Amino acid sequence: MHLYESRGYQVVFSWFESKGLHPFAFQEETWMHILQSHSGLVNAPTGCGKTFSVFLGALISFINEFPDDYKTRSRNHLRLLWITPLRALAKDIGRAMQEVIGELGMQWQVGVRNGDTEMSERQKQKHQMPEVLIITPESLHLLLAQKNYPDHFKHLRILAVDEWHELLGSKRGVQVELAISRIAHIPVTDAPWHFSLWGISATIGNLAEAQEVLISPILNRINHVPVIVKAQLDKRIEIESVIPDEIEKYPWAGHLGIKLVHKVIPIIEKSRTTLIFINTRGMSERWYQEILNAAPDLAGAVALHHGSIDMELRLWVEEALHSGKLKAVVCTASLDLGVDFRPVETVIQVGSPKGVARFLQRAGRSGHGPGELSKIYFLPTHSLELVEAAALKSAIKEHVIESREPMLLCFDVLIQYLGTLAIGEGFYPDMIFEEISSTYCFREIKKEEWHQVLHFITEGGEVLRQYDEFRKVEIINGLYKINGRRIAMRHRLHIGTIVSDAMMKVKFLGGSYVGVIEEYFISRLNPGDVFTLAGKNLEFIMIRDMTAIVKKSTAKKAIVPSWTGGRMPLSANLGHMLRKKFNEVHGLLGIRSSGSAMPDIELLVLKPLFELQESLSHIPKENELLIEQIETGDGFHLFVYPFEGRLVHEAMAALLAFRISRIVPISFSFAMNDYGFELLSDQPIPVDDSNVYELFSDEGLTADIRRSVNSAEMARRKFRDVAVIGGLIFQGYPGAYKKTRHLQSSAGLLFNVFSEYDPDNLLLRQAYQEVMEQQMEEARLRNMLERIAKSKIILRFPEKLTPFCFPIKVDSMREDLSSEKLEDRVKKMQQQLSRELGKKRVR
Amino acid sequence: MHTPVPYKIHNQQFWLTTGRTMFWEEEKALIVSDLHLGKTGHFRKSGIAVPASVYTEDLQRLVTQIQYFQPRELIIVGDMFHSHANKELELFLKWRSDLQDVNIRLIRGNHDILEDEWYVAAGIQLSLKTLSRRGFHFIHDMTDLLNRKEGFVENSSGAGSYFFSGHIHPGIRIQGAGKQSLCFPCFYFGKKYAVLPAFSRFTGVALIYPEAEEQVFAIVNQELIRLQ
Repeated sequence: MHLYESRGYQVVFSWFESKGLHPFAFQEETWMHILQSHSGLVNAPTGCGKTFSVFLGALISFINEFPDDYKTRSRNHLRLLWITPLRALAKDIGRAMQEVIGELGMQWQVGVRNGDTEMSERQKQKHQMPEVLIITPESLHLLLAQKNYPDHFKHLRILAVDEWHELLGSKRGVQVELAISRIAHIPVTDAPWHFSLWGISATIGNLAEAQEVLISPILNRINHVPVIVKAQLDKRIEIESVIPDEIEKYPWAGHLGIKLVHKVIPIIEKSRTTLIFINTRGMSERWYQEILNAAPDLAGAVALHHGSIDMELRLWVEEALHSGKLKAVVCTASLDLGVDFRPVETVIQVGSPKGVARFLQRAGRSGHGPGELSKIYFLPTHSLELVEAAALKSAIKEHVIESREPMLLCFDVLIQYLGTLAIGEGFYPDMIFEEISSTYCFREIKKEEWHQVLHFITEGGEVLRQYDEFRKVEIINGLYKINGRRIAMRHRLHIGTIVSDAMMKVKFLGGSYVGVIEEYFISRLNPGDVFTLAGKNLEFIMIRDMTAIVKKSTAKKAIVPSWTGGRMPLSANLGHMLRKKFNEVHGLLGIRSSGSAMPDIELLVLKPLFELQESLSHIPKENELLIEQIETGDGFHLFVYPFEGRLVHEAMAALLAFRISRIVPISFSFAMNDYGFELLSDQPIPVDDSNVYELFSDEGLTADIRRSVNSAEMARRKFRDVAVIGGLIFQGYPGAYKKTRHLQSSAGLLFNVFSEYDPDNLLLRQAYQEVMEQQMEEARLRNMLERIAKSKIILRFPEKLTPFCFPIKVDSMREDLSSEKLEDRVKKMQQQLSRELGKKRVR
Repeated sequence: MHTPVPYKIHNQQFWLTTGRTMFWEEEKALIVSDLHLGKTGHFRKSGIAVPASVYTEDLQRLVTQIQYFQPRELIIVGDMFHSHANKELELFLKWRSDLQDVNIRLIRGNHDILEDEWYVAAGIQLSLKTLSRRGFHFIHDMTDLLNRKEGFVENSSGAGSYFFSGHIHPGIRIQGAGKQSLCFPCFYFGKKYAVLPAFSRFTGVALIYPEAEEQVFAIVNQELIRLQ
């Protein structure tokens, strides 16, 4: 049936007309495909009617099916399953859908199911599913954990995955892939199979791959080529940098931003509402305070929004944003996604957005009406970051947007999924193996790995032992099933792949509550250390009852907690654009002319800094790698500037340290930021023209990485997520801590135990794999080394610290690597034991 | 096994091992703490697949230590068993019947929640709070005493007395230049009391911060390193 002649289209079209609107071309295109039961991906930015592309398609096909009584038909079973990563969006989308249904005079129901859905509503859904169900990946898996779950999906026509670009590249995306593989294989009542699968995605660098990942589980069931429908709606964006009055020649990281607060106030004043994006929770707290200090009359009109803030307060802020009550909101990535706030006219990005896509996304949070302009200001936190602003502008002009890499072979998610199926209906391995190997994530799974997974959930990964009582999944007549009630209950509580960092409460000695902070951060503190939280300087005293006890400190120097948000690395795209920008600097300094193009304002104002850098050392061109060796009172420093993001730098630092330590026994500590990294040693570092190319060669890369101590340390950190998802760490029932005390263990301990006693364990191997892929970004590291092999390495020996190395010195997240024997090293450290140790007491 | 390290307290000779045990020469007693026997079994029974070989390795290490020192007595400073009885404890019982001539004295720890009869049947003599020998006192959790009142430990017994405790699974962090830092289980010897490392490998550590005149031996792989 042709779309335009169809009854459904006519009904929907006249609804559009009654609103004085006209469907977008991409919406009609999607409807056309839906009528033919095609599957594919809709590529459209937020706020451009992407929801209606798929949702109205579902209505049209229903009306076409029942042209005479579509208005009166009720209880039509679940027809459209709508997966969204955002709980907060579900309600709004549901409301919008219900409105259309009401205006068309139809009887369809729209249900929402997520962690906030009440028990009574769930029960109702169990008896009668609404026609449209909006669900999170986690809740969908919980649904698959129910008995008789296949009944719900027998009439399903469309499965839509909203914000697929967000899910792709995360374990939640893998959850979606697995759920699709199951649902698409549930036998349907009414043949033939009318099932279409749609993803909705913003623009990313690898749209085709995004589509391939989504469609993969049903590819063998469809006989058409999956489509990509693109909305040709370009948004106008204006970018402006906030330029400091005075350029610091030595960019001391993190301090400049706050100094520019007086430049922010006029921006806030002249816009209706402004969102101020800060990369870390800690800094957002400070910004909030500083804005109020600089403009006290804004009190009540400025709010703070980040992940550690009470949920209720966050909801209030979002509500106030909608109604336009707020002049400005200081926020973190917590407001990256979600519903549009119409009153927002302006966005300020403080510090590096780390990637082009994220910068665009944030810019897009302003100017929402059709044809409106998105206005974003870039405010640097250290002067060198201005180069990044110039690079961002070029990247946007050239449409260079990052890709989202899909995750592969996530055994932790698979183990969890099998547990989920086992507590519901149970499963037959051969059937499920076929299904999961249809997903993109597990298409490379080997039979042997599959058996290992099954062995893990049925026998606990051991050969049968006399004294073993392992009990999880039991095999009854070939059906894999969890029968233990407690085990099932624990599993249900743990479904999900978002593992929040272990947080610890922070309280004063007197008992009053300060806030929460990452356990990992606290574990690195010694009593007496001073850190900041909620704008206060606090001295760490001790840990008691899983709470960090602190007192107020008057110390001037404090450690700023490293929050997760701050750990995002600079994207490869942006790094590349950044290196290109330094080419232009040479033209600017008149060293070599590089065309007559007008240089960016950001580069112009940095001229004094570049001059100092060039006179002390060198400014690397695109085809150069700069290495600086400097001796100071701290020791011997080696600075390298690949501009590849902190993760690659961390890996490269470890690799380089390892390779140098093969020349002489030597210990290093590391520091890195997104632009470069530092090796620091107490002895001279033997890097010179004769060996430098070899040290940066990609030969033996994988082996060398494995041998660098860091991979174990990094895997230890990664292992926590993997172990929680894979069901090894039990976090306790809500409010029933005592009963499960004997089942608690830390991820670090489990990591040690597995490393020593079961080194081939799948989850352990996965932690290492994730380190290679995500933490080390191995592919990117390899690309970098290939690039360096073709570049010129410039070695310089500056007399003193240079503008380039300063921000790295400040960012001193240190890792260590040593080729000395562990025992020797401890003895050496022992000699260096500081006097502090004597001051500390046993508690 | 690596050579034990001698350590004297009040003219009594003790030997510390990397196997996380301590031998008291005069009493011919092997002293250990926090064995947490049955812990892996407890986890596995609940569907958490911790490798069970941790447990068998722990038991084997205990046997090796007993064969090496040939003690008359095994003094366990609490937390011998992790939780309720499970099949792993049956393996322990089998092992126990093979080594009948060793007396086992257990100072009950917070994890030792089995029925009293169970210990009797297993040939374990149970002390509820403390055990004393030649002016040496064994207690599971030293903080029970330290929290009583100021100076209680110093004044409670004569000059020749000393306490041995466990419970906290002591570990020490060693820091060097350039913010290097490593963490190891350890023996801690204070002026009036010692804290023993947890025997089980399936235990974490709690960091301790010793004072200058106190002694700490870090267990670094196969070596005991005296830190101060």
